[in-house]
Amino acid sequence: MLSKLLSGDMPRSTVLAVLLVAILFCLAFAPFLFPGVRSVDTAARICIFIVLVASYDLLLGYGGIVSFAHTMFFGLGAYGVALASTHMGRGFDALIVGALAGAALAALLALVIGLFSLRVRAIFFAMITLAVASAVAVLVSQLSGLTGGEDGLSFKIPRALGPAFKFADGEILGVKANGKLLKYYLVFGSCLILFLLMLRIVHSPFGRVLLAIRENDFRAEAIGYRVVHYRVAATCLSAAIAALAGALYAIWLRYVGPDTTLSMEIMIDILLMVVIGGMGTMYGAVIGATIFVLAQNYLQGLMDVAGSAVSALPILPELLNADRWLLWLGVLFILSVYFFPTGIVGRLRQGRT
Amino acid sequence: MSAAPDHTPTMARMSLGERLAPHAPVLLVIGLMLLGLIAIPATSSWLTLTVSGLAMGMMIFIMASGLTLVFGLMDVINFGHGAFVSVGAFVGVSFLLLLEHMTGASALALNLTALMVAIVGAMAATGLMGWAFERVIVKPVYGHHLKQILVTMGGLIVVEQLIIVLWGPEEIYITRPEALKGAITFAGAALEKYRLVAVAIGIVIFAAMRFVLRRTKIGLIVRAGVENGEMVEALGYRLRMVFIGVFIAGSALAGLGGVLWGLYQEVITAHMGNQTMILVFIVVIIGGLGSVEGCFIGALLVGLMQNYVAFLEPKAALISNIALMVAILMWRPMGMIPVVKAK
Repeated sequence: MLSKLLSGDMPRSTVLAVLLVAILFCLAFAPFLFPGVRSVDTAARICIFIVLVASYDLLLGYGGIVSFAHTMFFGLGAYGVALASTHMGRGFDALIVGALAGAALAALLALVIGLFSLRVRAIFFAMITLAVASAVAVLVSQLSGLTGGEDGLSFKIPRALGPAFKFADGEILGVKANGKLLKYYLVFGSCLILFLLMLRIVHSPFGRVLLAIRENDFRAEAIGYRVVHYRVAATCLSAAIAALAGALYAIWLRYVGPDTTLSMEIMIDILLMVVIGGMGTMYGAVIGATIFVLAQNYLQGLMDVAGSAVSALPILPELLNADRWLLWLGVLFILSVYFFPTGIVGRLRQGRT
Repeated sequence: MSAAPDHTPTMARMSLGERLAPHAPVLLVIGLMLLGLIAIPATSSWLTLTVSGLAMGMMIFIMASGLTLVFGLMDVINFGHGAFVSVGAFVGVSFLLLLEHMTGASALALNLTALMVAIVGAMAATGLMGWAFERVIVKPVYGHHLKQILVTMGGLIVVEQLIIVLWGPEEIYITRPEALKGAITFAGAALEKYRLVAVAIGIVIFAAMRFVLRRTKIGLIVRAGVENGEMVEALGYRLRMVFIGVFIAGSALAGLGGVLWGLYQEVITAHMGNQTMILVFIVVIIGGLGSVEGCFIGALLVGLMQNYVAFLEPKAALISNIALMVAILMWRPMGMIPVVKAK
């Protein structure tokens, strides 16, 4: 049963299994285990980023395709929900229509980009997606009439997902039973389903062909697989799932803006999460996203302490400034590409054999 | 023994199309200029836009040329190239701020000396950095595209953060040297002096590069290396040494481009390298990876396109460059002047 649910991809490492179960447990009961606005918010972000990072891993780890347009698809889903909710009024139908429209548009755009650029080499695709994504980001911030420009859009979500909505006499196990709790579980449930779906995809024959293409596209073509078709399909699939993750993010925040969905920083974050967690394993996305989001939210405080401890020395406090945490992650990123190309998950699995 | 067949020379004239085809990319630039002349109502504003487009194109070319050569030689794409642009700009501007008494004076000679000092300083700094970058970051990942992209991207992140550590997070506003401020009027069009200087520097760099590549032995080795690296190595040249030289030169040029770009925008931020990289990539793609001429023509096209469209329809400026890229890739999938064979 469990094996079927995980599509036969067991963790294959005790430490990894314990970590995954712990993460799943914490996320499943986050509102009860860690009451408080900030920690629940962190948990929801972790859920969404797991899906986003896993969908990117579908491209990078399984397809060997480097794309810099992933935040563009993420943003499409988010803006889809936001625009539908603004124009159709609050309601679940607006959320569904927005999310689906965003995902469809993302898949279509991925198809177009893929068709004219996936025939050539990885480097071309990386550069082209970078250019297209930045153009879209500029377009979104300039078309302020439609997208709210730099300010973004705030919108209303159904009453049942807001804090004013009460059920079960207002309390479950000491936690306020309001719409916020429902919203968390909507996000958690959808992310879990999407994640299991992706696990299913990468362990299907389709996923195996992608792996073959990643290893040696020339041979895959020679065996008879149309490499371009598979690459385009993987791009579209990952774009659509990224858009759905974006839609969930928009629902969670009740806001979209270029900084929260489209910026280059988020793209870099995704890259870091994939590589540090482990490319080519869906569980890498779980570990990477969890560590990264936790670090983003809590490590900065620690760095502040370290920074003030060495405040008498030159330059060092600047290096340890909380805003410079990306510097250290960048160093970690380079080191992990060199020394742990399979990331944390690959390392853990290796240790067992 | 039969007689040799009669020699019957055929003197078929090549059709106009055939004769023009090799020059198509150059004609494209001229065509775009003419198109601009038709689309833009006033000739004077067309002239202004053309000069600023050329200036922008020259600066992008300076930044992109090193990148494209490095790719052609060793099949290494450096996503961290933008970091050199930022570092060049910051070092150069720091020099200019130090030499404020020289840039503030209205004597042309003093201004140009200060500018020269800044440029040399920036190029030295980025050249050195390029050497270190090659040693530390690029060397372990030859022949592995995916890792190259990831690692150089990581390098970009680290350098960007280090810039913030050293120069602080705020953007720095700068003023151009006194003699380069303002504009001169020519045929009713206002031409900014700085843009003319940028065009001049770009032409000098392009000419120097062509000279080095076409007339010197080292250029011969580089060109041959781009065409077929294995053969050059088999002839006994250490291509790696040549590559390091090109990498350092390319980084120094990126630094020069950074100084020029910073003075063009009159503001520098740690992220500027990231933003210019998008234009640089477009240029490198449409030029054909590995080709300096293609890169030059591509840069001019992008610069002109951006300025014309920004005048006619401001919101479409960046999109127009993407459209240009798509159109050119449809026409020639490997770029205008493809040099590197599909590897």
